[in-house]
Amino acid sequence: MDNALVTTHFAVASQRPESIAASQPVNAKSTLMNGKILSIEALTVSFDGFKAVDGLDMSIDENELRVVIGPNGAGKTTLLDMICGKTKPTSGSIRFRGTELSKLSDYQIVRLGVGRKFQTPSIYEDLTVAENLEISIPQVHGVWASIFFRRTKEVRERIAYVAEEIMLKDHLRMKSGKLSHGQKQWLEIGMLLMQDSDLMLLDEPVAGMSPREREETAELLKRIANGKSLVVIEHDMDFVRSIAKKVTVLHQGRLLSEGSVEEVQNDPRVIEVYLGH
Amino acid sequence: MNLSAKQGEKFAHAGLALLLLGLLPLALGPYWLNLVGKYLAFSFVAVGIVLAWGYCGILSLGQGVFFGFGGYAMAMFLKLEASAPELPDFMVWSSVEQLPFWWEPYSSFGVTLASIFLVPIPVAFIFAYAIFRKRVSGVYFAIVTIALSMTLVVLNIGQQGETGGANGITDFSTLLGFDIIDDAGKKAIYWVEVALLLTATTLAALLLHSRFGKLLIAVRDREDRVRFSGFDTAMIKAFIFTVSAVLSSVGGAMFALQAGLVTPSLIGAVTSVELVIYAAVGGRLSVVGAVVGALLVGFTKSYLSEHYPETWLFFLGGMFIFVVWVLPNGLADLFRKILRVKT
Amino acid sequence: MPTTSIKEAIVTFGILVMQLFNGLSLFTILLLMALGLAIVFGLMGVINMAHGEIMAMGAYTTYLTASFFERHLPGLMDVYLFVAILLAFCVTFAFGYLLERGFIRWFYHRPLDTLLATWGLSLILQQTYRSVFGAQEVSVPLTAWLSGAWEPTESIQLPLNRIFIVALTILVTLGVWYILHKTRWGLRARAVTQNRAMSSAVGIDTNRVDALIFALGSGLAGIAGSVFTMVGSTNPGTGQLYIVDSFIVVVFGGVASLLGTAASSFLIAQMQTTLEYLMSGSMAKVAILLLVITVLYFRPNGLFASKVRT
Repeated sequence: MDNALVTTHFAVASQRPESIAASQPVNAKSTLMNGKILSIEALTVSFDGFKAVDGLDMSIDENELRVVIGPNGAGKTTLLDMICGKTKPTSGSIRFRGTELSKLSDYQIVRLGVGRKFQTPSIYEDLTVAENLEISIPQVHGVWASIFFRRTKEVRERIAYVAEEIMLKDHLRMKSGKLSHGQKQWLEIGMLLMQDSDLMLLDEPVAGMSPREREETAELLKRIANGKSLVVIEHDMDFVRSIAKKVTVLHQGRLLSEGSVEEVQNDPRVIEVYLGH
Repeated sequence: MNLSAKQGEKFAHAGLALLLLGLLPLALGPYWLNLVGKYLAFSFVAVGIVLAWGYCGILSLGQGVFFGFGGYAMAMFLKLEASAPELPDFMVWSSVEQLPFWWEPYSSFGVTLASIFLVPIPVAFIFAYAIFRKRVSGVYFAIVTIALSMTLVVLNIGQQGETGGANGITDFSTLLGFDIIDDAGKKAIYWVEVALLLTATTLAALLLHSRFGKLLIAVRDREDRVRFSGFDTAMIKAFIFTVSAVLSSVGGAMFALQAGLVTPSLIGAVTSVELVIYAAVGGRLSVVGAVVGALLVGFTKSYLSEHYPETWLFFLGGMFIFVVWVLPNGLADLFRKILRVKT
Repeated sequence: MPTTSIKEAIVTFGILVMQLFNGLSLFTILLLMALGLAIVFGLMGVINMAHGEIMAMGAYTTYLTASFFERHLPGLMDVYLFVAILLAFCVTFAFGYLLERGFIRWFYHRPLDTLLATWGLSLILQQTYRSVFGAQEVSVPLTAWLSGAWEPTESIQLPLNRIFIVALTILVTLGVWYILHKTRWGLRARAVTQNRAMSSAVGIDTNRVDALIFALGSGLAGIAGSVFTMVGSTNPGTGQLYIVDSFIVVVFGGVASLLGTAASSFLIAQMQTTLEYLMSGSMAKVAILLLVITVLYFRPNGLFASKVRT
C-alpha cells in the first residue's frame, strides 16, 4: 500500500519485456482447482422472474483465451456482470482460484485480480491518457496511499510501457475524451494491464472499430494473453476466429455448445439458434 | 495575462493571503473587520463544500449540523467561563438545577478544542461510509442531510433548559482570561482565524493536487469505473465528507468567537443550504473562490438585510438560480476567463 | 361488571378510531403532496424544492376565491369550495407547465443542480407571498354544510370536513392512477419516462409530455394546498412545513410506485399522529426520521420498489 511496494512490483515487471505479466506466484489454490482460474457452477440470476442466466456451468483454465458468443439476450454481459461483482447472482457459485466471488464487493474482486472492460468505453474522459493509466496502479488503493503517492521513475516507465503496448505512446498527454472510439477501447484495455489483472473480462472489445483497428486489437489480445486468462465476448466471427482457441456459446442464459471455433460452427444446435429463429 | 492553470491558482492563493492579511485589516475598522471575520467562519464550510461537492459530487445540505456543533462547543466553553462559578443564565431561567453532564467536559479548553476537531470525525465518517456503502444516490443523500439538520434543530429547541433553546447561547466575555469583546480581542481572534483559514486552504489545495484529488474527480464523474479499478469508493467519499465536516466544525467555533452568539438556526436547513450557495457563487471548483464567495454573499446579505430587508430573499433565490444556470463554476470561472488562465 | 367493561371497550375502540381518523387528515395532505412529487420525481427524476410553495399557491388561490365569493357572491358561498379547488388546480397546473418549459427543462440530467435552482425558486416564491399577502396567516371561512360531525356511535365523532377531505383525496388518487395507467396519454407519459429516444422516434412529442407531467404534479400540489386551507391557516412559510416530509414519504415508499407512495404516506402519517399522542411532537418527528433512515438503509430504493436490472 505504499510506494516501496509499487516500486518493487514494477522492478520485477520491467525485467520481462516480452510479456506484460508481472511475476506469477504459483498459486496453491490454482492447483486445487486443477489449473482452472475460474469455476462457475449452477449460476443463476433472475430479475423479477426473468432468468437472464439459468443454471450455467462453465470453467476457464489458467492462461486460457476463451471467447463467449451467443445471440443478443443470451446472458453474456450478465455473466460478466456477475463475475466482476456488478450484479449479484440469485444462486450458484463463481470461484476464482478457490475464492467465492459472489459474496464479495466489486472492488474486492478487482483487488483479487479480475479486471473488466465494459461494452461502451468506460474511461475518465476529463483526465489524460497517462492519468487514466496511473489511476489503475494496483496496491495504491487506500486513501492515505493516494494522498502521498509520488510519481516515481518506475511508475513513469510502467505507464510508458503499457502505453506502447496499447499503441497510445504518443498520446500520453492528451485528454482521453478526445481519443477516437477505438483508441478509447485500447486505453481501457491498458488500464486493465496496469491493474495487472490475472483474469481479464472483455466485453465486445472491437465494437465500433475499423477493420485495421480490429487486426491491431487481435494482435494486442494475443500479446497480452501470455500469462493471463482472458474471457472475451464478441460478435464479429472473423475476429473470433483470429484469436480463439475455445469458444463457449450461450443461449437464453444457458450453455448451448462449447469447443473449438470449427466444432461450434458446425454444431447443428448453434446453427439453428443463429439461423433458425 | 495568459497564465497556466497552476500559475493561476498560486496567483489566487497569494491574492487571498494579501487580502486577508494585509488589505482588509488595514482598510477596515473594527466593526467591519468583525463582519469579515463572521463571514470567514462560513468560508471554512464553503471550502469543505468545494472539496466534497465540487470535486467529489457529494452534496450535503446539512453542513449546519457540524457548523453548529463546533459553534455550540465553543459557546459552551465561553459561556461556562463567563458564568463561572454559577450556572449559565438561561439554565437558571429554566429552573435547571445542575449542570447537565454533557456540559461538564466543556469547562476545559483542551477538551473543547479536541472535541471541535475530533468529534466530527467518527460521526461524519461512520454516517457517510454506512450510507455510501449502500450506493444511495446523491439526491437521497442530500435529502437525508436536510432532514437530519431539521431534526437536530427541533431537538435543540426542544431542550431549552440545556441548550438555550431558540435563543441560543450568548453573552460571552473572555476566552481563557483574554477579553474577546473589546476591539483588541476581536482583532486577535481575526488573526487566529485567518491563520487557520489559510492553513486550511493550502492543505486543501495540496490535497487536490495529489493523486487523491484526481481520484475525487474520477469518483464524481465515473464512480463505477473507479470501483472497477479496485477502489472502495465509499471510503473515498466518506473520507472527503469527514474532512468537510471537520472544516465546518472549525468554522462554527470561529463563528461563535466572532459573532458572540450561537443559535439553532445555524444548524438548520436554511443556513446549510445558504452555505452551499456561498461555495457555488465563488466557484465550486475553487478553494479560493469559496472564501471570496462567502465574503461577497455575506456582505450582500448584511447590506440588503439592513437596507432593503424584503429584497434579501429575492436576491438569494435569484443567486441560487443564476449561479446554477449561468455560472456553474462560479465567479472563479469568470476570473479565469478574464485573466485568460488555461483550464 | 360486564356491562361496564363492554362500555369501556366501546369507548376505547372509539378513541382508537378517532385516533386513526386524526392521522387521516395528515395522511391526505401528505399523500396529495407526495403524489405530485412522486410523479415529478419518480417519472422525471426532477427534484422540485419549490413544490411546497406551489402547494401554498393553491392555498392562497383558495383564499382569494373565498374572499371574492364573500365580497361579490355571498349567496353562493356554499359552493365556493368546489370552485376554489378547481381554480387552485388550474392555476398551479398552468404555473407548473410554464415552469417546466421555461426553467426546469434546462436542468435535466443535473439533479443536484435542479435541487438548488428550485430551492432558489422557493425562496423567491416565499418572499413574493410575503410581499403580496403579508407575513401573517390568512384563513378561509368554514363551509357551512361541512361543519359539524358524523356520529355513528356515542364515542365516535368524525368531523364532516375531514370526511370530505378523505373522500376528495381518494377520488384524486384514483384519478391519477387512472390517468397514468388507463389512458393513452398516461401510456405515452410512461413511455417517455422509460425510454425517451424510442418514444420520440415513434412520434411522441416528448417536450409536451414532460411539461404536462410536471404540470400534473404541480396541479396535485395545488389541490393539496386547497385541502390544507380546510384544516389550517396559510402563511408564506406553509410550503416549507410539508416539503421535507413529502420527500421523505416519496423516498420511503419507493419513488417509482404510486402504491408505495400511498402506503408510505399512510404509514408515516399514522406513525406521526400516534407518536405525537405518546411523546412530544418534536420527539415524534425525530423518531420517524430515524426509522425512515434505517429502513432506507436496508432498502435504499424504498419499501415498495421492485428489483430492477441496473
